[in-house]
Amino acid sequence: MEKLTVVTGVGVPLRRSNVDTDQIIPAVFLKRVTKSGFDDALFYAWRRNPDFVLNQEPYRNGKILVAGPDFGIGSSREHAVWALHDYGFRVVIAPRFADIFYGNTAKNGVLAAIMPMESIELLWKLLEEEPGREMTVDLGERTVTCGDVTLPFEVGDYVRWRLMNGYDDIDLTLRHEDDIVAYEKMRAEKFPFKPTTLPARHLPEEPISSAREPEEDNWLGPLADRDK
Amino acid sequence: MGTTLAEKVWADHLVRKGENAEPDLIYIDLMLMHEVTSPQAFEGLRLAGRKPRHTDLLIATEDHNTPTVNIDQPNPDKTSATQLSTLEKNCKEFGVRLHPLGDADQGIVHQVGPQLGLTQPGMTVVCGDSHTSTHGAFGALAFGIGTSEVEHVMATQCLSLKPFKTMAVNVEGELPEGVTAKDIILAIIAKIGTGGGQGHVIEYRGEAIHKLSMEARMTICNMSIEAGARAGMVSPDEITFEYLKGRPHAPQGEMWDKAVEYWKTLKTDDDAVFDKEVTLRAEDLQPYVTWGTNPGQGLPITANVPDPETITDETKRVAAESAIKYMGLKPGQPIKSIAVDTVFIGSCTNGRIEDLRAAAAIMKGHHKAKSLHRVLVVPASSRVRLQAEKEGLDKIFKDFGAEWRNAGCSMCLGMNPDKMVADERSISTSNRNFEGRQGKGSRTHLASPAVAAATAIRGTISSPADL
Repeated sequence: MEKLTVVTGVGVPLRRSNVDTDQIIPAVFLKRVTKSGFDDALFYAWRRNPDFVLNQEPYRNGKILVAGPDFGIGSSREHAVWALHDYGFRVVIAPRFADIFYGNTAKNGVLAAIMPMESIELLWKLLEEEPGREMTVDLGERTVTCGDVTLPFEVGDYVRWRLMNGYDDIDLTLRHEDDIVAYEKMRAEKFPFKPTTLPARHLPEEPISSAREPEEDNWLGPLADRDK
Repeated sequence: MGTTLAEKVWADHLVRKGENAEPDLIYIDLMLMHEVTSPQAFEGLRLAGRKPRHTDLLIATEDHNTPTVNIDQPNPDKTSATQLSTLEKNCKEFGVRLHPLGDADQGIVHQVGPQLGLTQPGMTVVCGDSHTSTHGAFGALAFGIGTSEVEHVMATQCLSLKPFKTMAVNVEGELPEGVTAKDIILAIIAKIGTGGGQGHVIEYRGEAIHKLSMEARMTICNMSIEAGARAGMVSPDEITFEYLKGRPHAPQGEMWDKAVEYWKTLKTDDDAVFDKEVTLRAEDLQPYVTWGTNPGQGLPITANVPDPETITDETKRVAAESAIKYMGLKPGQPIKSIAVDTVFIGSCTNGRIEDLRAAAAIMKGHHKAKSLHRVLVVPASSRVRLQAEKEGLDKIFKDFGAEWRNAGCSMCLGMNPDKMVADERSISTSNRNFEGRQGKGSRTHLASPAVAAATAIRGTISSPADL
């Protein structure tokens, strides 16, 4: 994993709370079997709107996203982090992150930095006053600098250590092979009733009939349109 | 001081206690897999030259991307077909058990685990899907993970995690008639918000919870993630044991007795302290419906769409304004005045046999409203479909004018062809009303199967009491 220590780049103010992972990347883009190439899918619906912040020239090359509370709620899709990363974002700053999203960021070299709402409001103001303004996130110092203002952010010690060193989680866990083996021995003795998926057991096979779509569809379109 | 249910399960899976700032290493008893969040994990293993540590603790099925019609014909969506065939190839190469489309044990992954008896009390269960919290209904510690973690579990059968905080949600008293598990969880999310459970495992407690069936408990635990919680749990009891007994992978004979003895210890001690506690009176609850674009934006069905100007919290006011605009509603409009185009009954939240029975009981003898585009009934699994057909529910749905589909996630997330068009409005028994969740520009109102069925009869949002 690539290391992350200091990031300097254009800050993007995203004045929204509850940015869910369906907004970050809609489900239709999750059919791909690769880990990259998701940059066009990022905020797909919102980017159809010319007023959306990423459609404004100075913010196009954004590297640091500043958003409202409860960022990354909803689906566990890691594609949300891949899309942010592919677009160019290395840091997302928000007052609160959904847990699964938060876990996914650090595994892909993206920093989720936590800041109180007052700091977010201040950053939004600074970034809107001078669109395209660069800011610097220093993970070692745990600070964000924007113009003359330097603000602290919160990040777990372990996440910080892993990001700064670019460590791979699986390698870290495999250092504890002895502990895993010891646990597995204890587990077999203490919990002999725990299920295994193999050999497979199930009720008898039965044929599943295939549903069909109705032949007629007289629907005229959404009610909203009919009312007009 | 005593410990909570979640802490007991954590302790029984502790491989290694983290030192200093390090997380703990915990053992995973079961990982469920599906086509969407696994291909990159298998590829990661392949690139690193690793093999799954325990294929006998993994099981895969196809659900997110599968069509719900014409399953006997080639998939017309080539990208979807590739993703599904990639899962088949990966499972074959790495020796993972797979129940593909067309197999009687195929279905939404969170129905497949419980119905096979693989989800049991006191286990750790993970899946690359946020609604893994469903399995907590059995007193398992079950939570959604990302694709990197899916790879991590395959490689090590462990996860590296900081202990979760604990939260009690007590639902005391007796539920009024017509109020269901879905209404309980929508009311909880409306109360604590989409971030209210962040970092916590919720334990659902109280008289009203322990009277519920396993299906209903699964509905509640399923939406724990919508309150931001890592997981939801219900302490196992006789109802849990009754559900499990005789299922294909449930312990048998002497092992059953041994298991039950252990399962009975899985209770929060009387003197245990939760980090957070919330209490609701069941008597105060009504059928709930969402009006906005996150699951916390819900109200009793008799309420009106809120007027943002009366909301003092700035963040909430801005969110309400934007939601009302997206949803095409008017502030102050009665929720019951909202007309829908589509009714969706299904998903890992409410696609189980009990949900289908509840909907069929209301639809029986009626026909769908003329104004409706369609009523989709999608069973959570193929076994649920077979069961419903044995009970004749399919006939009730068809006579009603509904479409009786094959099992899968379907319109819950708009990944397969079951999608809405822009401005199309649904009442949906699923779990998320995010912008465009059910198709680009679509508008979703979340509700229980009973409310969805009543709405299908009248065309406007209704409860069975309105019929």
